[in-house]
Amino acid sequence: MEKDWPLFEVFIRSRSGLEHKHVGSLHAADAQMAVDHARDVYTRRQEGVSIWVVRSSDIVASDPGDADALFEPARDKVYRHPTFYEIPDEVKNL
Amino acid sequence: MSAPDLFRYLLRLGDTSLILGQRLGEWLGHAPALEEDLGLGNLALDLIGQARLMLSYAGEVEGRGRGEDALAFLRDAPEFANLTLAEQPNGDFGRTIVRQWLIDGWQLEMYEALQASTDSRLAAIAGKALKETRYHYRFSSGWLVRLGDGTEESHRRVQESVDALWPFTHELFAADEVDEHLAAEGIAPRLELLEPQWSARVGEALREATLTRPGRVNFPWHGKRGVHTEHLGHMLGEMQHLQRTYPGAQW
Repeated sequence: MEKDWPLFEVFIRSRSGLEHKHVGSLHAADAQMAVDHARDVYTRRQEGVSIWVVRSSDIVASDPGDADALFEPARDKVYRHPTFYEIPDEVKNL
Repeated sequence: MSAPDLFRYLLRLGDTSLILGQRLGEWLGHAPALEEDLGLGNLALDLIGQARLMLSYAGEVEGRGRGEDALAFLRDAPEFANLTLAEQPNGDFGRTIVRQWLIDGWQLEMYEALQASTDSRLAAIAGKALKETRYHYRFSSGWLVRLGDGTEESHRRVQESVDALWPFTHELFAADEVDEHLAAEGIAPRLELLEPQWSARVGEALREATLTRPGRVNFPWHGKRGVHTEHLGHMLGEMQHLQRTYPGAQW
């Protein structure tokens, strides 16, 4: 049996309508305990209305060594930003 | 309504929360995992919050100018009216969980029923405390099942704790004249009516935890009447030390 509890990543929705955001990680024996721990560790000051947890080992991450190949090609393509439109004065918030 | 009866009744509720919260506070920095350290601390803070509301109200009912702090820090053991179970030592983590689970189950029934109290302030305090207690029960019964249905050693140790603490449960639903007077006025529930639900709830948790329910015990502990085990005096020595040594000290 493994001695240490596995690691879980914790995501908290701070208010209804907002998205869940990654807030940190913790150890727990299983997913249910991870939710309870997340409640105790990360929502003590009314930080949230909903909790997601996921085993850290289940997260698939991009390789930092691939950063150039993955992200460099977007650097010289400023036209992908929607900043070339003229915005009518009447539109206050966009 | 008799003010002395209501005063004593509020002390029973408030002191049980206060003493249990103080016991949980002893775990801080010592719990088996950081996450449980915070979890137990959260429970303790909820309980001490309940105690503050109950003891403040008790002080007003008494009408002798004693506030929550005076009641918490300047009374001696025989004046404390907590359930004897609440003052029992922490023991190992499993022992703490069993004590917590038994009292959480009792508080669930009490606060649920007290929401219908004819005393509107007591009903409001119970309503607030009930939400906290639902989480407490989820926490403690969850751990009871994990430990009971866990390894051979965790099962053995938590069963020992159930056996050791069970005798103190007799007091939870044993009514005396204070309970009866207040029940007659609709301020407090009739304890004998709450016991079957508590018994069914803890029975279900024990089954799920693969633990054996001890036989019925009739030894009458009287913590709520001020007759305590030796443990309370030691606890109060630590809890009250600062206020006794430096009366009125604040920060």
